[in-house]
Amino acid sequence: MTEATSARALKPWEDPNAKPFLQIRNVTKKFGAFTAVNDVSLDIYQGELFCLLGGSGCGKSTLLRMLAGFEMPTSGQILIDGEDMSGVPPHKRDTNMMFQSYALFPHMSVEKNIAYGLKRDGVPRAEIATRVTEMLSLVQLDGLAARKPHQLSGGQRQRVALARSLIKRPKLLMLDEPLGALDKKLREETQRELIKIQETLGVTFVVVTHDQEEAMTLSSRLGVMTAGQIVQIGTPHDVYEYPNTRFVADFIGSVNIFEGKIAEDADDHVVIRSGDTASDILVSHGISGVKGQSVAVALRPEKIAIERTLPESLPNRLAATVDDVSYMGNLSVFHVTLPTGKQVKVSQTNRRRSADDAIRAGEAVQIGWDGAASVVVTA
Amino acid sequence: MRRSFSLRLSAFLGFVFLYAPILSLIIFSFNASKLVTVWGGFSTKWYAALLQDQQILDAAWVSLKVALMSATIATVIGTLASYALARFGRFPARMMLSGAVTAPLVMPEVIIGLSLLLLFVALESLVGWPAGRGVDTIVIAHATFGAAYATVVLGSRMGSLDRSIEEAAQDLGARPIRVFFDVTLPALAPALISAWLLVFTISLDDLVVASFVTGPGASTLPMVIFSKVRLGVSPEVNALATLIIVSISAVILIAAWQMQKSEAQSH
Repeated sequence: MTEATSARALKPWEDPNAKPFLQIRNVTKKFGAFTAVNDVSLDIYQGELFCLLGGSGCGKSTLLRMLAGFEMPTSGQILIDGEDMSGVPPHKRDTNMMFQSYALFPHMSVEKNIAYGLKRDGVPRAEIATRVTEMLSLVQLDGLAARKPHQLSGGQRQRVALARSLIKRPKLLMLDEPLGALDKKLREETQRELIKIQETLGVTFVVVTHDQEEAMTLSSRLGVMTAGQIVQIGTPHDVYEYPNTRFVADFIGSVNIFEGKIAEDADDHVVIRSGDTASDILVSHGISGVKGQSVAVALRPEKIAIERTLPESLPNRLAATVDDVSYMGNLSVFHVTLPTGKQVKVSQTNRRRSADDAIRAGEAVQIGWDGAASVVVTA
Repeated sequence: MRRSFSLRLSAFLGFVFLYAPILSLIIFSFNASKLVTVWGGFSTKWYAALLQDQQILDAAWVSLKVALMSATIATVIGTLASYALARFGRFPARMMLSGAVTAPLVMPEVIIGLSLLLLFVALESLVGWPAGRGVDTIVIAHATFGAAYATVVLGSRMGSLDRSIEEAAQDLGARPIRVFFDVTLPALAPALISAWLLVFTISLDDLVVASFVTGPGASTLPMVIFSKVRLGVSPEVNALATLIIVSISAVILIAAWQMQKSEAQSH
């Protein structure tokens, strides 16, 4: 599949006539008194790379295990390609899973590991050999066929696990923290490769991860989970720029939250009166709320300007004192305090190399942002 | 270097404490004199005499047969029991099974022997099996308490086994029974070998239980040695003991080497 026909480009979720490939309908999973997954409904389309993102214990892995058939839902229904999966054991599902620990068979060579699924299906020997060779070159492991897992590096094991889970050409591949065990550099490389492989094969991927950066990079869409529920589903862009709750805003990236009440409610703008800032906050888009309602203004650090004096054209301007500056190479993060005592985080790309006139800790500055920069969340 | 000296001294004393008796036994097995405590020059005549002694050869054969069979049976039972305990989660009588399975480890041998003897006698009069007592009953008895050791050895390995490799096999299309043979058993192999060897040596070594449940015509090696030693320690028994020590050491070395190899593989 080329870029033009991939789910990433076609956005089937925006098409009301598109038929979802995987349907999760009101699925609940209880372990005794504990509810791991609470009434989750989710549609995933053919060719998507969908990320389930959440902290540990949020139920994302349990949801994945129910898709694979290792757990059965307490209530609700899972349909894969229109077929009800209730009571279908893992070995009878056309889905495969890549495990967090990779779960390679320690006593088998790389080749035998990858071939295992085809062997169980009774595929003729000659075909197994060709498909294993194909798969080895797809994951760039040519020449390592005879190695045992313990003779491989972490990155190589990850590729074997991927190859093994892809060889049966599953309709749906589930990946549990696929890159969790790799170091940062290797992880970034592998992320790009994973997307390439996914788009080449056109397989639908469901990825579980706790790493929000990874979810942003990989996914066509992602679902943010907490306490057994999916709180927001959307493209990485949507979820980052338009978080629907304080939790999502805070979980994805970092954010400044100003609590307040709606003071003025018009179709094209609202004004929020906040005790956190000395002045009112202008938001230049309408929101679904009523005057007087308690809301929060969520504002990303990189969307805030910081200067000694800011132009008056900026609708939201506040005086502040710099507490400290963290220099991170590509950007600097300023922790500033408003006269109200509210702490605000501001980040700025270090465009210039010279640091002679850089803003330093202790300075009095102005911070400000455009009316379109912030998001108002009601929950 | 004081510390190093005292360390070496204590290591030396430790080894002397452990191995001096065995070493003296080996040395005296080459004694030409019939008197155990008097050195009469080097000789291998007791080894020759040993090979002529039909009673000892028969007993060795009985012991070997019993050990082979009971180790195999115990390992199979131990595998099943530890699998049930590790995999089936909570099931009725789980506590009872885990208790019952490990009870023979702490039960006095005399009681095990006596209770098995009573069972065999009762069974014979009720269903006619096992008819009389001999090799069969010793095998059953050894397999019974050997299974307890095997379950403990296998259980610890089973507990540390990565469950996801079983799930991966299932996910790739293997039915549960195939998963067991393709993935679980190979992963358990080192523990299977050690469990089997452990039961094998315990069976070879056992005197008390075997004495209770045996009948005429089936004497194990420890029983023969014990009856001979009661008439005075003979150099022939020393020779026999030396042979046993050498063969057991060989088996242990091979097992250790195998374990090390598979240990390296699983990491």
